[in-house]
Amino acid sequence: MPTNDLPSSELTPERVYFDRRTFLTAAGVIGAGLVGAKALKASVLTAATPGQERPLGTPYGLQPTDVATPEEDVTTYNNFYEFGTGKDDPAMNAREFRARPWTVKVEGLVAKPGSYQLEDFLKPSRMEDRIYRMRCVEAWSMVIPWRGIPLADVLRRAQPTSKAKYVEFTTLMDPARMPGQRYPVLDWPYKEGLRLDEAMHPLTLLATGVYGKDLPNQNGAPLRLVVPWKYGFKGIKSIVRIRLTETMPATSWALANPSEYGFYANVNPRVDHPRWSQATERRIGNFRRIPTLPFNGYAEQVASMYSGMDLARNY
Amino acid sequence: MSQPWLGLAKQPPGFGVLLPIVSAAPALLITAAIVGDTFYGSSWLGADPIKEGEHLLGEWTLRALFGTLLITPLRYHSGWNWLAKHRRTLGLFAFAYVVLHFLTWLLLDAQVWVSEYVGWADVWKDITKRPYITVGFLAMLLMVPLALTSTKKAIARMGKRWRPLHRLIYPISLLGVLHYILSVKKDLTEPLLYLGVLSALLLWRVWDARRRADARV
Repeated sequence: MPTNDLPSSELTPERVYFDRRTFLTAAGVIGAGLVGAKALKASVLTAATPGQERPLGTPYGLQPTDVATPEEDVTTYNNFYEFGTGKDDPAMNAREFRARPWTVKVEGLVAKPGSYQLEDFLKPSRMEDRIYRMRCVEAWSMVIPWRGIPLADVLRRAQPTSKAKYVEFTTLMDPARMPGQRYPVLDWPYKEGLRLDEAMHPLTLLATGVYGKDLPNQNGAPLRLVVPWKYGFKGIKSIVRIRLTETMPATSWALANPSEYGFYANVNPRVDHPRWSQATERRIGNFRRIPTLPFNGYAEQVASMYSGMDLARNY
Repeated sequence: MSQPWLGLAKQPPGFGVLLPIVSAAPALLITAAIVGDTFYGSSWLGADPIKEGEHLLGEWTLRALFGTLLITPLRYHSGWNWLAKHRRTLGLFAFAYVVLHFLTWLLLDAQVWVSEYVGWADVWKDITKRPYITVGFLAMLLMVPLALTSTKKAIARMGKRWRPLHRLIYPISLLGVLHYILSVKKDLTEPLLYLGVLSALLLWRVWDARRRADARV
């Protein structure tokens, strides 16, 4: 398995600053309608004001123009069909959801399977704050400061057997608590999967928080996957089971629409979604379209895992 | 026919002013919200005001189209014959909504005029290669001749040819709803609701045609 160590430059803690009020003021001052559109980008870059900045974590794979997406947008605009199919549905419909107590099972092809209370599951690992780019398959994107533990930690503790090739993740199935599951929009419960090398990659995170706080219910509390070089739908939420398998697990969106969504779902500007281009994206909070980067800007760290693969066919 | 509903044999006072105001209000509010949210930091349409506004303008296009299709059945059952002349108003508003919907997509979503990454060739590829955009674009194009021939002058000049041309409103409505169905990622609930309403409006015409045929016998 390739080690895929992150270059040390990536690990050097830089600070990413954001202050919504400053941003809004700047955006307002620019004024003048469509002329303002051109200047808006610059205003976002200079949004940080000395004295008001706060560190959000270690930035990974960020571009010089990347600024953390406002917390309000991160927590009110997302897909989580278990709480409704509208972008603002999860924030409204997940309010009553109780994410504690929570049990996570690790099973399948591992030497040490187990069923853990969330606290015990997390305890052996060191929490990390990491800022990642997030690219939705719908061609919008964000920059999100996550908090969590490397998935590799969990897998190493469980000790995958030599037969294990894939990891399958399953969301809680409970239509009483997740009203979206009462409608057959997807084949519930939501399932996702990674190849074992992808799962062991140091960038792959099991997130428990965002913006330095526990995950809000709508963002996948209490435990979700974050794979920054893949489209957002790979980031399965409210995980209750992690299972090691020999064969490629079936995944929810690939089952729902195999011609549009694949198992790999690596961000790729050269492979269009059948219904829209993936060449560019709109960053939430910014006006101007930006080019989508291969592997969402993480090519240096992850591209080697896919060398020799036809990425147009393995979308 | 018996008495008109609510005894409204004549147009109630103010209706002629109220209808255009009510029809224009969503367009003005949505456009103001898109521009405000995108360029001035307001927050009416959520995190992605361009997408949200684009969708709202599309939905209001369908609602205005359905309004025009509702006039005839409503006239027949209510006896409100004064509704007839308002069909044009609603039709023209439908056209205005679809133009705003298209411009939001072209200028703010695709951003062909400012983006160094999106060119006219990309836009043309979207229109020709992506079925839901092809269908929506075609529906909008078909509305152009209807809007252009909506004046009293055009109606008089075209005589008997006016009516067949304006029957295009039926395929236009179907294409519009198809555009909505094809654009949705997974949850078809809302587009199917629109399809249901359109089906009812079209089935009424089937019923009406049969009724007329029977009456002639």
